[in-house]
Amino acid sequence: MAEQHSEKKMSRRRFIRNSGYVAGGLVGGGIIGGLIGANMNDEQEGTNTQGEHQGTSFLQAPLYFTNPEMFAVLVAASERIFPSDDNGPGADELGVAYYIDHSLAGSWGNNAREYMQGPFFPGSNFQGYQSPLKRHEVFDTGIKALQKVANDKHDKNFPDLEGEQQDAILTSFQNDEVELKGVTSKTFFNILRAATIEGVYADPAYGGNINMEGWKMKNYPGHQMSYYDKIESDEFMEIEPQALHSYTK
Amino acid sequence: MAEKLPKTDVVIVGMGWAGSIIAAELGKEGLKVVGLERGKERGLKDYYVVHDELRYAIRYELMQDLSKESLTFRNNQKERALPMRQLGSFLLGEGSGGSGVHWNGQSFRFLPYDFEIRSKTIEKYGESKIKGLQIQDWGITYDELEPYFDKYEKVAGISGEEAHFGPERSNPYPTPPMKETPLTKRFKDATNSLGMHPYHMPSANLSEPYENMYGAKIANCQYCAFCERFGCEYGAKADPTVAVIPYAKETGNVDIRNFANVTEIIHEGGKATGVKFVDVLTKEEFIQPADTVVLTSYVMNNTKLLLHSKIGKAYNPENGTGVIGKNYCYQILPGSTGFFEEERFNTFMGAGALGATIDDYNGDNFDHSDLNFIHGGSISINQSGKRPIGSNTVPSGTPNWGAEFKAQSIKYFTRSLNIGTQGASMPVQHNFMDLDPTYKDAYGLPLLRLTYDFTEQDKELYNYIGKIADQIMLEMGADKVNERSNLESYDIVPYQTTHNTGGVIMGAEPETSAVNNFLQMWDAENVFVVGASAFAHNGGYNPTATVGALAFRAAEGILKYSKEGGMLA
Repeated sequence: MAEQHSEKKMSRRRFIRNSGYVAGGLVGGGIIGGLIGANMNDEQEGTNTQGEHQGTSFLQAPLYFTNPEMFAVLVAASERIFPSDDNGPGADELGVAYYIDHSLAGSWGNNAREYMQGPFFPGSNFQGYQSPLKRHEVFDTGIKALQKVANDKHDKNFPDLEGEQQDAILTSFQNDEVELKGVTSKTFFNILRAATIEGVYADPAYGGNINMEGWKMKNYPGHQMSYYDKIESDEFMEIEPQALHSYTK
Repeated sequence: MAEKLPKTDVVIVGMGWAGSIIAAELGKEGLKVVGLERGKERGLKDYYVVHDELRYAIRYELMQDLSKESLTFRNNQKERALPMRQLGSFLLGEGSGGSGVHWNGQSFRFLPYDFEIRSKTIEKYGESKIKGLQIQDWGITYDELEPYFDKYEKVAGISGEEAHFGPERSNPYPTPPMKETPLTKRFKDATNSLGMHPYHMPSANLSEPYENMYGAKIANCQYCAFCERFGCEYGAKADPTVAVIPYAKETGNVDIRNFANVTEIIHEGGKATGVKFVDVLTKEEFIQPADTVVLTSYVMNNTKLLLHSKIGKAYNPENGTGVIGKNYCYQILPGSTGFFEEERFNTFMGAGALGATIDDYNGDNFDHSDLNFIHGGSISINQSGKRPIGSNTVPSGTPNWGAEFKAQSIKYFTRSLNIGTQGASMPVQHNFMDLDPTYKDAYGLPLLRLTYDFTEQDKELYNYIGKIADQIMLEMGADKVNERSNLESYDIVPYQTTHNTGGVIMGAEPETSAVNNFLQMWDAENVFVVGASAFAHNGGYNPTATVGALAFRAAEGILKYSKEGGMLA
């Protein structure tokens, strides 16, 4: 598994090198994943054995982020929250940053179905979200702050730091040790953490969980119409997962 | 200017379980009914692409749109209440069928003890046992309510079996219990060996196809694991849009108007004359005159509409007088999480009400003489089907992100089990609902303000029942169980349960209750307020079956009132 991952990273670098778009500076900046190239699954994973998922990679395009450096911070931060390991791919390869990007562009990012009228007060620990910022503004603020702390502390961009350095910064956000405007760093971290897990395990239609690899790690079969004939069995079952896409067939 | 519509016999506010049942029963008897529902119409065909955890379970597709209306919350009166800006602790429903569309289908009858809790507790333990608790009898006994439970179960086709501590039943469950699985069996074996009395959880996910008295056909459950927070694409979960609303419409006497958000009950001289509502799509305002007004719009809106319309005496937390907003209760939920190193389970299969339960520590089924609390709770294993975003169970002490979190949450997805409890919640003077002085909804009405915190009674119950849940989990063979942190302040963020109760409670006297045992308001005889808002406290079970029984009771009362008028009790 680990070997496959490094192969994948190789091919991504190759793509970045060959890409006219990123050749103008981003590669020199040493990013691990630019605005494009963070998930070059189309080379290896665009088609599964049944040929079902041709075209999945079209989902991996930014709909919210416009600044590649900020997107790279999101890629790196979500990868630390859900890293690649022996169990399987991490957030980066699963397309989690695209999931989050797409969510920020939609109703969730704009808190469309939530109560957003003022006046605003910080509230107690038990009164929930009280920031006047919408989620996409929280991400703008938080992602920028991750980069700034990395710059101030290490004179490097967040994606270029060692894993432990990135973890230390994320931990300081989680512990509410970084002052942000309009939202606490803890709230930003908690949303980032939750969104990362969503991107790992939400249906691939949302842009993450590429090829259902998130589900496969957990032995989760996704959308199955029935377990009527299976639920009484004492045997543990490994079932080929199905996604919402199968409704369209 | 609001447009005045033609008068109807009965107007019903909210088309969930209670509103649907009442509409069907009154329509059947020839009364003209207008049902007003603020959300959209929906039915079986709208539940097609439903196996989407993110959309339904995490983003709350079927739940209330809080941008239009929410509530404010504080733990105590010294705090400033702030809006519940996002759903969390409980998930309010919206649309035809209400919360009855997204429920799990766990369908228990409250215990006889619940309905006479004050009398029975004092009788056995003395007055001092209830010190500080604002408990009262419900003005109706289990035996009086039994025929209505029976009707409700027949509408929903509930699948179940006799229980050791179960109260007397006039009829068996309409359908046999759901399937036995390795998990329900393991729970039963463990509790049996501990001397307890397990039984299969009564379920509205049906074990076999069933046709109810309204001619509705309910299919048998496929155990697909998408119940709570989802609609059922098979029509195998009894929900009002499947089991009741089609029949209500067939009577020709029930006109359901969707996107109709009621903002006021209009009244004159102690009687309602109708309701005012806004079409949430066009924003037009209407007045619907009616001989009888029925509120079936969940705990929060029933209370809010009465307070805003100034019907009934508002509750005063300073001295415990008044009734509207009184006795808000919730539920106490000490679960146990067990980890199994050597075994893997098909935890991703399930059904909302697939499970096994014991009542040995529910109600007054055990002796409370040496305990600092009353009541208890049902303890169950519920194989509702784990989903990957929502279920990331890790052993205590594991970080909640990073490599270790990833490894452990993946490992234990199929290697951990949960035992859950529905712990009863007792009312106290300072847990209540009133109107918020600052925040408004999209129609300019004040938000409801909830003041609530856990009490010493709750904490004692939590610890006691939690230890029993752990004992069962270890007996089931868990290598270890997670430490349970103490019950501290009530937090409106993490999901706990959508079993809110109270605010418009029933009882025998107008001084201490808002409605009589026909759910008729003491202060306005042509207003009936139905739902868990009528619960004088919350019991140790899911509330829906008891809500259903009260709906049939109220329907009978409304029919009687339409013929005879006057106070029914």
